[in-house]
Amino acid sequence: MSVLNAENIKAYYHLLDGDVQALEDATFNLNKGEILGIAGESGCGKSTLAATLSTIILPPLKLLGGKLLTENGDDIFKLPERTLRREIRGKYVALVPQSAMNALNPTKRIRDLVTDAINAHYPKMTKQEVRDTAAKRFEDVGLPFRVLESYSFELSGGMKQRTVIALSSLMNPKVLIADEPTSALDVSTQKTVLTLLLDLRKKGIVQSVIFITHDIAVLRQIADRIVVMYAGIIVEIGTVDDIIFNPLHPYSKGLMPTVIVPEPEIKKRAISGIPGAPPNLRNPPKGCRFLPRCAYATSVCHQEPPLITVKRTVVRCWLYAK
Amino acid sequence: MLSTEDLTKVYESGLFRKRSVTAVDGVSFQIRKGQISSLVGESGSGKTTVARIILKLIQPTTGRVLYKDRDISYIKKSRDLIDYRRHVQGIFQDPYSSFNLFYKVDRVFNMMFKLFEKPVPKTERKVMVESVLKTVGLNPDEVLGKYPHQLSGGQRQRVLVARSLLVNPEILLADEPTSMIDASTRIDVLKVFTDLKKEMELSIVFITHDLGLAYYISDRILVMQQGKMVEEGDAEEVIMNPKHEYTKSLLSAIPTLSKKWA
Repeated sequence: MSVLNAENIKAYYHLLDGDVQALEDATFNLNKGEILGIAGESGCGKSTLAATLSTIILPPLKLLGGKLLTENGDDIFKLPERTLRREIRGKYVALVPQSAMNALNPTKRIRDLVTDAINAHYPKMTKQEVRDTAAKRFEDVGLPFRVLESYSFELSGGMKQRTVIALSSLMNPKVLIADEPTSALDVSTQKTVLTLLLDLRKKGIVQSVIFITHDIAVLRQIADRIVVMYAGIIVEIGTVDDIIFNPLHPYSKGLMPTVIVPEPEIKKRAISGIPGAPPNLRNPPKGCRFLPRCAYATSVCHQEPPLITVKRTVVRCWLYAK
Repeated sequence: MLSTEDLTKVYESGLFRKRSVTAVDGVSFQIRKGQISSLVGESGSGKTTVARIILKLIQPTTGRVLYKDRDISYIKKSRDLIDYRRHVQGIFQDPYSSFNLFYKVDRVFNMMFKLFEKPVPKTERKVMVESVLKTVGLNPDEVLGKYPHQLSGGQRQRVLVARSLLVNPEILLADEPTSMIDASTRIDVLKVFTDLKKEMELSIVFITHDLGLAYYISDRILVMQQGKMVEEGDAEEVIMNPKHEYTKSLLSAIPTLSKKWA
């Protein structure tokens, strides 16, 4: 069952000297209870996608088209601001942005930040009720009570990130979007944060998760399916095992061998990069955006490739057209 | 080639109530010729501080660094320091901030020529610069005459490696050189290091928090935890057969492709 259905989402950054065509024709769905990974390198559009999905679309970003359907079939993009504030943001879809831990207000204790968040949605709750709710939730996620009494600068990076995740999940959102939640963290702290996310899902505090990262090995550990993005386009969607061990799109085929892990296999496997660089999205080429770097390119690739289903995978590439 | 003996660096702050942080605590190791040694540790482990001490950017509190059996703390005159820098070069994490964005990238090469004992004539400079660029796999026409923002992160990083090669150093210290570069271009930068080791017998000290990277590229791995060196050995041994508890716990926290966490 789909909790979110994205259809042809298009969003550009409208700058003085032209538009950056950051997101083009994004179509995918999020199933109930799954962790969907969004993988891609810098500039591929993953954070732009996160902004549109969480409806936090600030200029110069402009939403130019597409639909975002809830499980009831309502188009989130058509809802009035009042409804978005009350019912959607934080409740249906919650966002943990990149470097969220740096956004914690250092002049307030964590418990005051929690109070702010809860009061925004439940203005009638008393101070004591809010404190109790916060304490219980933090206990549920394994954060010690002292975190509530602390200021953000008294906490380590890992604790701040877990606090931000706890704050974002206060309303038990159906969808939690985490944008690079562990990229700035040490590998051992990363594991505690990932364990927290899995725990939140197991306890039903969060129903489904969209996990955005460039780290494929992390997705192997926690994601069910992966969406691969390149230069603003979704190029492949499949199960985690299919994408990693049997990638179809030439970009995915080039990306998987770049993953370096401390396992003996990597010394035997050929590790290679992808020559060239992604296109400038101010003036992207017509047709397939991966064409200049693609070893399988043919003349038909000058036309925009369609989305094609191959068994359980969806891939945007002429190689698989009949 | 280069070794450290009981290297210690303590930072102190405060006038009345002194607080001290021991960034490096009694670290001893050896760098052998023609090998890639990785200094691995999480943030706060002291690995960058060790690099800075070796590059003579900061002074140790106690302990010493020996280069070819000579204690480098005796290098005081600027002429001797310049000579040391011809032998030991450094590459840092951020390929953007190492450049002055107002100048073309050619400038970093010109500045390097100042380290030479005798001035190098212009024609010879051009030949040398083109040669080192080719060594790192860059086409001189694609790179020279450009501003830093016109190059990708991977290209910038390789330009910085190329300029270090101008002085024909014996030791190259690279501090997290690929952590700010995308995965698909990271491999090309890593290949530069392995080629340099093979073809020029350069000794490379590779500093990283990424044990996977260290395993892929190094001959030896040295693991640091909170200022102390807790394990060192052949890369294969340290990763496949770790002895210290910290190394074991570090390895178990790394997400891998073959095994899944419970």
